[in-house]
Amino acid sequence: MDKSNTYNDTVVRQFTIMTLVWGIVGFLVGVIIAAELRWPDLTAGISWLSYGRLRPLHTNAVIFAFGGSALFACSYYIVQRTCHVRLFAEKLAALTFWGWQLVIVLAAVTLPLGLTQGKEYAELEWPIDLLIAVIWVSYGIVFFGTIVKRRIKHIYVANWFFGAYIITVAVLHIVNSIAIPISLTKSYSAYPGVIDAMVQWWYGHNAVGFFLTAAFLGMMYYFVPKQAGRPVYSYRLSVVHFWALISIYMWAGPHHLHYTTLPDWAQSLGMAFSLILLAPSWGGMINGMMTLSGAWHKLRTDPILKFMIVSLSFYGMSTFEGPMMSIKTVNALSHYTDWTIGHVHSGALGWVAMISMGCLYALVPKLWGKERMYSTRLIDIHFWIATIGIVLYIAAMWMAGVMQGLMWRAVNADGTLTYSFMESLKQTYPFYSVRLLGGVLFLVGILIMTYNVFKTIGSGESIKAQPVPQSA
Amino acid sequence: MSNFWGWFISIITVINIAGCLWLIRWTSKKAPGEEDTTGHVWDGDLKELNNPLPRWWLWTFYLTIAFAVIYLVIFPGMGKFGGTSGWTQVGQYDQEVQAAEAKYGELFARMAATDIETLAMDENALRAGRNLFVNNCAMCHGSDGRGARSFPNLTDSEWMYGGDPSTIELSIMMGRNGVMPAWGPALGADGVAQVTEHVLELNGREHDATLAAAGTEKFAMFCAACHGPQGKGNQALGAPDLTNDIWLHSGSREGIAQTISGGLNNRMPAQGEILGEDRVRVLAAYVYSLSLGGERGTNTE
Repeated sequence: MDKSNTYNDTVVRQFTIMTLVWGIVGFLVGVIIAAELRWPDLTAGISWLSYGRLRPLHTNAVIFAFGGSALFACSYYIVQRTCHVRLFAEKLAALTFWGWQLVIVLAAVTLPLGLTQGKEYAELEWPIDLLIAVIWVSYGIVFFGTIVKRRIKHIYVANWFFGAYIITVAVLHIVNSIAIPISLTKSYSAYPGVIDAMVQWWYGHNAVGFFLTAAFLGMMYYFVPKQAGRPVYSYRLSVVHFWALISIYMWAGPHHLHYTTLPDWAQSLGMAFSLILLAPSWGGMINGMMTLSGAWHKLRTDPILKFMIVSLSFYGMSTFEGPMMSIKTVNALSHYTDWTIGHVHSGALGWVAMISMGCLYALVPKLWGKERMYSTRLIDIHFWIATIGIVLYIAAMWMAGVMQGLMWRAVNADGTLTYSFMESLKQTYPFYSVRLLGGVLFLVGILIMTYNVFKTIGSGESIKAQPVPQSA
Repeated sequence: MSNFWGWFISIITVINIAGCLWLIRWTSKKAPGEEDTTGHVWDGDLKELNNPLPRWWLWTFYLTIAFAVIYLVIFPGMGKFGGTSGWTQVGQYDQEVQAAEAKYGELFARMAATDIETLAMDENALRAGRNLFVNNCAMCHGSDGRGARSFPNLTDSEWMYGGDPSTIELSIMMGRNGVMPAWGPALGADGVAQVTEHVLELNGREHDATLAAAGTEKFAMFCAACHGPQGKGNQALGAPDLTNDIWLHSGSREGIAQTISGGLNNRMPAQGEILGEDRVRVLAAYVYSLSLGGERGTNTE
């Protein structure tokens, strides 16, 4: 068969495997730093194993290595299937795979060495930032090139979300990373003081909005209707929530800087727009969940659908919680506490990781030409272990966070603070233990998944390239 | 903020919110003749229905927009318009500080009218002092006041600047800047080694007698001005006594050599501006009580 009449799934398979590998690495580092918070002397003073060095490694590994690989895999798969055409610029697509892996390896080396720009989720030093920019632009060329040569007129909703994410992440990354290098491994941000902080959180919150929300909604919009065997609930809902989501998200960054030197007007706008963000965020949840109406009975037998529906539930919870936490009076209690960590992980574990895992379970048999996953029972076990892990994790962090917030503001009859910081830390230890347990369960889950995936790949005959439909 | 940016911010804010309103009104009702599905099909079986927007969701959207609009009328946000309430975070802070001062100020003023020795015996003052200490001083001096490397122990009888009540109060009020110059360039590596041995000799520890003898003269020239000819220190300058076994930075041979050669620059921030005179006095009473060494002083719970 002519190559152009088949889909390019090689790069999808590569990213799929690396999603699992980086997932294990990222979750493991998370477990290690969770243990370090419980036992601060755990790593015997070895600097490159210290919390401050490993924490950015954890966030970069889970967001950009695990999440990023899952997004590359799914967006390349989906854009071909919904455009009825083979991937554009395949050599460039291969470059995005090898280049992205190189970025991750460089991150895994430089962050433990303490080389950092000190900006959250944008820690990597300038040479790596340049490499990211090149790869990301290549990603855009492959993706939009494929859209341009599509053989089906209407662009599927998943691709709107992927398109928005690719363009916006490019803009965010490039603007936020502008820095003045003083050596190969050291640079200073081009922005001064509070402007730097505002640019950073404009980047930081939109990394959440576009990388971790919009892009994974793209994943959801293809795999949920496919897995449920049902049409997407509402086209008009997808139109309104897409445009509202991408325009409103842009404003929300200042809620990370409430009660700081950021001017009052910027803080207020950040809060007002964060509240408006609730409905556009929930639009995606409604569209996903209602797509399942008429197919609810499938949840009994299909654990992959369970992953998807639970991920949408966590998505709904954390996108409700986010706007609430952006309200100044709530933020005055929650900010700087572990509540924030709980909120982030309800989104990261509950939404991002669970939807990725669900989609990968649906994707893997198709990529390797199998009927189904090796073991449905193991998927179900993974689902329960992961869900219990998440619930333990976020419940512990919520309680710890509210407790810390209340302890820090408690005052005595003489107006002095009732507790020292150390006292609040001592009270947090039990919650750190529960959180660690939750993290370990989540790590066990992905190990089970990896076993299941490799058993699936290893069984039966070899892969055949899948044909592009010709009639469309 | 210039007028241009003020208008710029206000206009794009209005455009975005109005755009959302237009979007939901435009999509919320079915156009005449519109089908229940879009008719698009992708990848074999991927289709879309075209259900109307859920009512409760629409209302949520309208409510959040209404809230935002009202909020931006009352509070700052629309460029240079400060909001009808005149609220600022600095204003809120000042108000809260004033309210706290009105509520607690008198209490501390009453305590501060007493002299520190008496306060150091007063349970209430010590409780307040301890609370001030753990939230303002403990990050350096430790929650038990025993200090850490480079941060002095406050529970012993050894004081760099003096341990009488009024000096403690002054140290807290104004802060302290301890500067020892770096003598490496002036002394050279050999000179540093000689003075190090002399300091060890002053300290009554094992030392190289030949080097120490050579160091005596250099000590008199470079060090004695602050630390005194016998190395007994000088509290007026905050120069520590070198003859006892208490070391702020390091008492090892290498540590002493490093201090002599590189010098030190230690700073305790002034608390007067932050806490005010009355609270500083209560805090001074607590710190003084620590050095008295009673049960009360070391109790950290």
